[in-house]
Amino acid sequence: MNRREFAKLLGLSATALSGVPLGIARATGQTRGGTLNTIIQPEPPILVTAINQQQPTLTVGGKLYESLLRYDFDLKPIPGLAKSWEVSPDGLTYTFKLFPNITFHDGKPLTSEDVIFTMTKVLMETHARGRVTFARIAKAEAPDPLTVIFTLKSPFAPFLTSLDCTTAPILPKHIYEGTDYRKNPANAQAIGCGPFKLKEWVKGSHIHFVRHEGYHRPGEPYLDEIIYRAIPDGASRTVAVEQGKVQLTQWGDIEFFEVPRLSKLPNYEVSTKGYEFFAPHQWIELNNRIKPMDDKRFRQAVMHAIDRKAMLQRIYFGLGKLATGPISSKTRFYDKNVKTYDYSVDKAKALLDEMGLKPGPDGKRVTLRYLISPVSEANTRAAEFLRQSLGRVGIDLQLQTTDIAGWAQKFADWDYDMTANLVYQFGDPALGVARTYISSNIKKGILFSNTAGYSNPEVDRLFEEAAVATSDDKRQELYSQVQRILVEDVPVVWTFEQDYPNFIDKRLKNVLSTAIGVHETFGAVSFG
Amino acid sequence: MTAVSVDAKGDRVFAIALALAGWVIKFIAVVLVIATFNFILVHAAPGDPAQVIAGQSGASDEKLLAQLRAEYGLDKPYPIQLATYLKRVVTLDLGYSYRQQRTVASLILERLPATLLLTATAFSLALLSGIILGTLAGVRAGKWSDTVLTVVSLLLYATPVFWLGLMLVLLFSVQLDWLPAFGYVTIGVPMTALQRMVDIGWHLILPAVSLAAVYLAIYTRLMRSSVLDVTHQDFIKTAKAKGLKQGRIIIRHILRNAMLPIVTVAGMQAGALVGGAVVIETVFAWPGLGRLIYDALLQRDYPVLLGVFLVMSVIVIALNLLTDAIYRVIDPRVSVRAAS
Repeated sequence: MNRREFAKLLGLSATALSGVPLGIARATGQTRGGTLNTIIQPEPPILVTAINQQQPTLTVGGKLYESLLRYDFDLKPIPGLAKSWEVSPDGLTYTFKLFPNITFHDGKPLTSEDVIFTMTKVLMETHARGRVTFARIAKAEAPDPLTVIFTLKSPFAPFLTSLDCTTAPILPKHIYEGTDYRKNPANAQAIGCGPFKLKEWVKGSHIHFVRHEGYHRPGEPYLDEIIYRAIPDGASRTVAVEQGKVQLTQWGDIEFFEVPRLSKLPNYEVSTKGYEFFAPHQWIELNNRIKPMDDKRFRQAVMHAIDRKAMLQRIYFGLGKLATGPISSKTRFYDKNVKTYDYSVDKAKALLDEMGLKPGPDGKRVTLRYLISPVSEANTRAAEFLRQSLGRVGIDLQLQTTDIAGWAQKFADWDYDMTANLVYQFGDPALGVARTYISSNIKKGILFSNTAGYSNPEVDRLFEEAAVATSDDKRQELYSQVQRILVEDVPVVWTFEQDYPNFIDKRLKNVLSTAIGVHETFGAVSFG
Repeated sequence: MTAVSVDAKGDRVFAIALALAGWVIKFIAVVLVIATFNFILVHAAPGDPAQVIAGQSGASDEKLLAQLRAEYGLDKPYPIQLATYLKRVVTLDLGYSYRQQRTVASLILERLPATLLLTATAFSLALLSGIILGTLAGVRAGKWSDTVLTVVSLLLYATPVFWLGLMLVLLFSVQLDWLPAFGYVTIGVPMTALQRMVDIGWHLILPAVSLAAVYLAIYTRLMRSSVLDVTHQDFIKTAKAKGLKQGRIIIRHILRNAMLPIVTVAGMQAGALVGGAVVIETVFAWPGLGRLIYDALLQRDYPVLLGVFLVMSVIVIALNLLTDAIYRVIDPRVSVRAAS
């Protein structure tokens, strides 16, 4: 007996319980119609990605807001709102041609004026990582409604990698000009130019998107509706997948330890693609200001003391790849030819002995605090694993627990010895990697800055030159050099390139098509 | 109308007004003390909303933190923040959540119905079944049916509420597929008002039963011992001697007297029930106040957190008053004593 029969038995109206009629009609090639049910957790505070860049906001808002470019899995630019673009040989002038007939959800046309207004005015105010790049724009011109020309103050190669919809979402100028962007009442309607528009948001329950009829790409969107359900409890999210109530999951929706079991479900495929742009890089942060962590031999010893392969398999259920250094293999300019640190308790002990850190009568060489990063259940287990691993070489870890706000505060204020950190690479080492190691970014109170306090003038110089170099060959050479120095110095102990499982209903097509995966517009997604 | 009677009436009106004024002043004082205490507690936790937003955005800079802290008024010293907050409380202004871009009052009003529906259902369910089961156990004390009820209620009492919720989901949603596992209504299906009500009721069953379980156990055990107490008193023997039927004795004589401790405990626990809803609302994705508190706490959304705490304190004070009133209805001696 299922729910419907049970309801009938009790004499209840079964219509409301019969599930969602998909209403799918087969068109040429791709199927039209249908409702995509998926999960969002935690629930975002608002939907305007230009104003709030918390992860769930970006996932949901990607359907509402678009940007000039998209990126394939190798981070090569492909058309977004711009159908073509040109970079001048001196690397200073970028010219974009927009597709014609792009409209916002309120029916007004999107023009080059909206692009310039958003990128040079709004994002400069509201987008912490966007403004680092867009502050380099010296001049923005709109010779006609479909052409945008940006002139940079000096060459900055990653400019072309910063135009995805999580970094440069375009807002309507006619709604935001002259207002306080954060307090604009129109934020509630979240008016963008994406293939879906907001129909209803029942806070605490779900966000309901329907198709934007005036969308400019022919045929898109294929789906009629997308529903993001807020399901705060991990076990309930697992049930939602098992029962087929949702057709897609992303990021940490499914706890790592549930992945092996749920992967056996016949109606889902599991893919870890679509995180190439963010390329979440996980490491153990060692506060370089505190003895004995100021000695590179100690940090190298930690690198040798951890069986990272076992940790990846047992704690993260194989969802990731061992990191070899500061740059992820998914990011541009990765170089695998660097020094490697194998798992060896003996090498670790030898390094510690060499620096004169002898074990006391209780076998402990040093006692350090480990601040557990509370972003996932797996991190707590990983902390216990590390405590055991480092205990074997005489490094005693005292585990400290807190919530996300407490962690952020302590970590940003350098009030920690060791902690886990997960940092996005944002497609280019100049954007997502340099910030962790350059000494000009040692800033107390700021997360994702150079919190470890590592400082090396040579590293500073190489990162600086690589950011402004115009040829890819030159940049590769500089980044290869910097990778070799950093891997020798071990400012932080790199662990994994973290993967996230997307459970995707097998009927769905084109869900993961770009380097930002589930954050993409979903205009091309269809049932079959 | 004589001058004397006007004076007497005036005196009485004055006395009542004085009592009311005293009560209002006490109420305001209690609320202000609670508000101050809440403020200190909430700000004692490490971290602030700006750091949380930075932490979940994967990037941060000085400008972002400064902007957010200024919006929340966190750039001012604590005493000034507290004074601003208390001034708002007095003027019944719950404040504005910059995070959610909404007034706190609208956020609470939006979530309150769901929580009231859930807790009221669970509370009635627990109270009603607790009284019935406890009475049954009490009048059959020592028999096997009493033993079964006592053991089951003990088990329920010892079960963590989230675990029970998950187990019920596993049984009724995953295995049997009879009841929805989460949410408060089927989303994306056009429904008439009646269908919608039925659908919400359908979603309500599992969370309400899970939330009710622990309280049901408490009331059953309490009622059982209370019934046992009353059964051995002289007036029951008298009733039996008069030749009254068993059913009539239970309803008219035992129940009415045995109810008093239940009402006291239930009154105190109605507040705790709202707290228990935090866990159940999370497990069942029920869009109520409990979830709002939990999210606000993790995000350090101070205005929302303080607003919900304040509203809940007021609800608890109101419920205590209601308990007093019910006490008088059930036990006439209370008002007699109060009057004399």
